[in-house]
Amino acid sequence: MDHQPPPFFNRGPAPLVRLTFFVSLAVLLMVLDARFRYAESVRQVVALAAYPIQRVAMAPVDLFNGVVGYFSSTAALRAENAALRAKQLREAPELLQLEALKDENNQLRRLLDARERLPRKSVFAEILYAARDPFSRKVVIDKGSQNGILAGEPVIDDVGVIGQVTRVYLLMSEVTLLSDKDQAIPLQVLRNGLRAVAYGGGESGTLDLRFMAANADIKNGDVLVTSGIDGTYPPGLPVATVARIERDAAYAFARITLTPTAGIDRYRQVLVLSNEAMPPRPAEAEPPARKPGKPKRQRKAG
Amino acid sequence: MQLQAQPQRILLPAKVSFIVLTLALALLFNLLPWRNLVGVPDLTATVLAFWCIHQPRRVGIGIAWTLGLLLDVGNGALLGQYALGYSVLAFLAFAVHRRILWFPPWQQALHMLLLLLSTQMLTLVIRIAAGADFPGWTYFAGSFICAALWPVLSFLLLLPQQRPEIVDENRPI
Repeated sequence: MDHQPPPFFNRGPAPLVRLTFFVSLAVLLMVLDARFRYAESVRQVVALAAYPIQRVAMAPVDLFNGVVGYFSSTAALRAENAALRAKQLREAPELLQLEALKDENNQLRRLLDARERLPRKSVFAEILYAARDPFSRKVVIDKGSQNGILAGEPVIDDVGVIGQVTRVYLLMSEVTLLSDKDQAIPLQVLRNGLRAVAYGGGESGTLDLRFMAANADIKNGDVLVTSGIDGTYPPGLPVATVARIERDAAYAFARITLTPTAGIDRYRQVLVLSNEAMPPRPAEAEPPARKPGKPKRQRKAG
Repeated sequence: MQLQAQPQRILLPAKVSFIVLTLALALLFNLLPWRNLVGVPDLTATVLAFWCIHQPRRVGIGIAWTLGLLLDVGNGALLGQYALGYSVLAFLAFAVHRRILWFPPWQQALHMLLLLLSTQMLTLVIRIAAGADFPGWTYFAGSFICAALWPVLSFLLLLPQQRPEIVDENRPI
């Protein structure tokens, strides 16, 4: 007996079946994304579909900024202009000397037979929005693979490093901020050249300097710059200042908290530095066999 | 407690274009640059739940999953996190859709609070399992705001379906 219900009562598969289907699809995507990073092509396609919506979502903010800009008084603009002029004048002597110093530095390095510091290309970008994900700290910028941005490139603003490009779409990129929990950056104390690695502090917006011996020569207010030994960040960029040091005799390491120098909440303009000036990495040795079943988590930098 | 049967007005059929428009606007709201503002309501989830309750034959788990995936990519989150959360939300909304409309608006809002909180809990568990930190209790503030918005939102979203009140002396009802 082949008895079918009339088609006007047909409501498709039962809700629980549908839920199971879509939940398993989502779980599959999550596993592919989190563990194996195979889901990038899916992400690229969806990102392209979402791009127009995101641009439209930006429009009210742009409009607001435009209106605010229109009504900002001439006096404020004049004051800002004067301040910028004064700053430019203050920095002019150093800038004028910089070229000469660069030449001199390169010459001395040649004398020492050291590698010359190569200039890096940079791409100017604007922060579109901060990703609304309470679990990570990321911002999205308006330049993507079409502008030659590659994953792994450092991003700076006018006062220091803000983070690293971790995912590139066609027209946008995601920048993971230094304060993200999974982000690490190799640093150097400007005062004495002591090297260390800082990890993101997560929600607090600070950085942690881990594995520094309790008697390490580091003080409150010390400025930390990139050491450049990772080949990702160019050396000498300011990153953070030491905010608090806790030395506890019970632990082998000191607890050191850093405040980042760069502030992403102030300006929207950033600079993406390219990696291509680096020499090719030496051939890597045979990687040690990984334990099956427990893939190692990837660190982006460090 | 016996529920008071409230006079219910017969609504006009919902227009598909209006459903699409409201969902798109809610998605836009979610993708606005909120920086790290605490307690921004997840309007997409609320509007989605509204349509799952009022139009369960048109809006269901499939649409919820697609919207979630768009948000995953837009927010740079773990791919499938919002998709999973919204699928479960749509299912829960479908499960209560016959019952919830008998309650007065503020009790409906309590139902919604429970639904939204369970969705957020699910997302939280997934992210912590994937290695994230607990983002603090303010993470749940959005759900409370959404629930508080529910009576207003359901009034607004039902507005196009309201019939104009025509007084007809000859009509029996």
